[in-house]
Amino acid sequence: MASDRSASLSISITELTKSYGDVFALNTVSIDVKAGEFLTLLGPSGSGKTTLLMAIAGFNRPDSGRICFGDHDVTVLPPHKREVGMVFQNYALFPHMSVFENVAFPLKLRKIGTEEKHQRVMEALKTVQLSDYAERGIDQLSGGQRQRVALARAFVFGPKILLMDEPLSALDKKLREEMQIELKQLHRQLGVTTVYVTHDQREALTMSDRIAVINEGELAQIGTPREIYNAPANHFVAGFIGESSSVPVTRDTAGNLLYDNIKIGKAPAGSKDKKWSLVIRPERLSLTEPKARKTAGRIYFQGKISELVYQGETAIIMIRLNDGQELTARVNTRAGDDVDTLSVGQSLRVAIDKKDMIIIPGEAR
Amino acid sequence: MPTPLSENTDALNADKLKAAERRETLTILALTLPAIIAVFLVIVVPVGWLFSLSFLDSSGQLSLDNYQKMIEYKSYIRVFKTTFNVSFLTTFLCILIGYPLAYFLSQIPKKYVGLFMLTVLLPFWTSLLVRTYAWLVMLQRNGLINNFAIELGIWDTPVKLAHNLNGTLIGMVHIMLPFLVLPLYAAMRRIDRHALQAAANLGATPVQAFWQVFVPLSLPGVVAGSLIVFVLCLGFYVTPAVLGGGKVILVSMQITAILEDQFNWGAASALGVVLLVATFAVLLLASRFLKLDSVMFGRR
Repeated sequence: MASDRSASLSISITELTKSYGDVFALNTVSIDVKAGEFLTLLGPSGSGKTTLLMAIAGFNRPDSGRICFGDHDVTVLPPHKREVGMVFQNYALFPHMSVFENVAFPLKLRKIGTEEKHQRVMEALKTVQLSDYAERGIDQLSGGQRQRVALARAFVFGPKILLMDEPLSALDKKLREEMQIELKQLHRQLGVTTVYVTHDQREALTMSDRIAVINEGELAQIGTPREIYNAPANHFVAGFIGESSSVPVTRDTAGNLLYDNIKIGKAPAGSKDKKWSLVIRPERLSLTEPKARKTAGRIYFQGKISELVYQGETAIIMIRLNDGQELTARVNTRAGDDVDTLSVGQSLRVAIDKKDMIIIPGEAR
Repeated sequence: MPTPLSENTDALNADKLKAAERRETLTILALTLPAIIAVFLVIVVPVGWLFSLSFLDSSGQLSLDNYQKMIEYKSYIRVFKTTFNVSFLTTFLCILIGYPLAYFLSQIPKKYVGLFMLTVLLPFWTSLLVRTYAWLVMLQRNGLINNFAIELGIWDTPVKLAHNLNGTLIGMVHIMLPFLVLPLYAAMRRIDRHALQAAANLGATPVQAFWQVFVPLSLPGVVAGSLIVFVLCLGFYVTPAVLGGGKVILVSMQITAILEDQFNWGAASALGVVLLVATFAVLLLASRFLKLDSVMFGRR
């Protein structure tokens, strides 16, 4: 099946707001999902990401705002008329029906003839590699197989939008990683616009075309996985996606941002933020000889090793800087490498390239 | 060849560990013994006595006389027929009234359930006899209901509501309703809310989602409740005796009659045995077609 972009619809969410009592589950959130795109809503539990997904599916009614599929306003359309496929967190399969009947359910409702129904169900089951399981009962399936049935049921009727609410959270790690790749391939194959909810940042980075980071009912940042990882817009995004440590940066009267009296950047014109931070991804730090000459274009940190964790392919080195700040570095390991000779308490100098630095306003919490 | 571990008593600590296990088994046995004795005294002995009595004729000789009479006399067969008919009708009416009630209870927010559940449970906590006579007051010829209906012009002459099948059914349904509603409500609460959302998401209207997903998933609760009601009805005495006015004779009433009129313990026991066997037959039949374990005890 070739990917057919006309088989998908864009989603346009405008100023969506939903509150429960005094608490905003969603606060004027606007997101545009392109047709055929795989967009992930990423956030901690209670951030409002599921509320947003449920609003797209039509299961909760926002207080204000607009949701459009293509150029069709669906804000007040009941769920059964929205024609979106959805995979629920606990799969929500019908336990009183066989695998075949579960997948055939949406086709039966659409009064599709026996022959075509049979053909489409079997085709969907083949896509999720469950052809041999059609007559099984739901209670005879493993978690991963249930997941696939839920998936087949969600796309068998050819919806132009597919929603998934943490569909892999109940699976063990190995199966989850396999399914991530499978879902990605399935998305490419079906070409359907997909909105995927997860709290797992690695899952989001693995699967998405774009990630929308949601926190406390607001959109914290939206962008490609690379943009989100390399250029987080704020401390929340920097801390939630990937590992990072952060050191304070001073700002002089000319608006220059300085670390250790070295200029590392300039505050944008008009920005009023007094406090700034330098955020460092652990794998972007490299060990340097303490006495080697400093090269331009790098920033150096001097300190003592406070903890050393060997993790197989990489090792984590926690460093207490001379000014009391904590920094984490992640370095590759090789037999007989520098890392093997390190020990807690030892003095160390690490460096980061200026292009790898992330400078964001505010202080780390 | 090495000895299997279980037989190898020379293995390190094997005999001590085996002794510890034996001690544990004995302890558990000792702890359950009082309960086993109580069950034996309260259930096994009386039922055994009932059985043995049923095989003695009026002169105290061992015979099948009592059972033979039950086959010969049409009246006995009629009583059993009536009992099953009334039990079946009561169960059916209970489902008809109880299902919507349980559905309502399962859909309202949990904090209001207690209040509405009280309307089901309050009568349940009142004496059976009191409720039965209250119905008699309401249903009789010059009772509340007839007077009201005539006053309002719903019907002209008093309708016979008590001392017949009508009264028996009204009273029995009212008393049996909680036994259906409680397990049914519990089953409905257990239904995954997401399964209904999934149905809607896949294109089912609320009515379609109800009939194709909710009702099938609530069936175990219906079966559990119906079985309890049906089996209780089979042996019910007070309410049909008072509200039936002697026109609806159930097995339990026949047993009383035999004891009061003829003082015939053998015949009464035989009726009791047949009723007991019939009840077991119903449960056995139900378990053949349904997974009774999962229905009654929530096992999967």
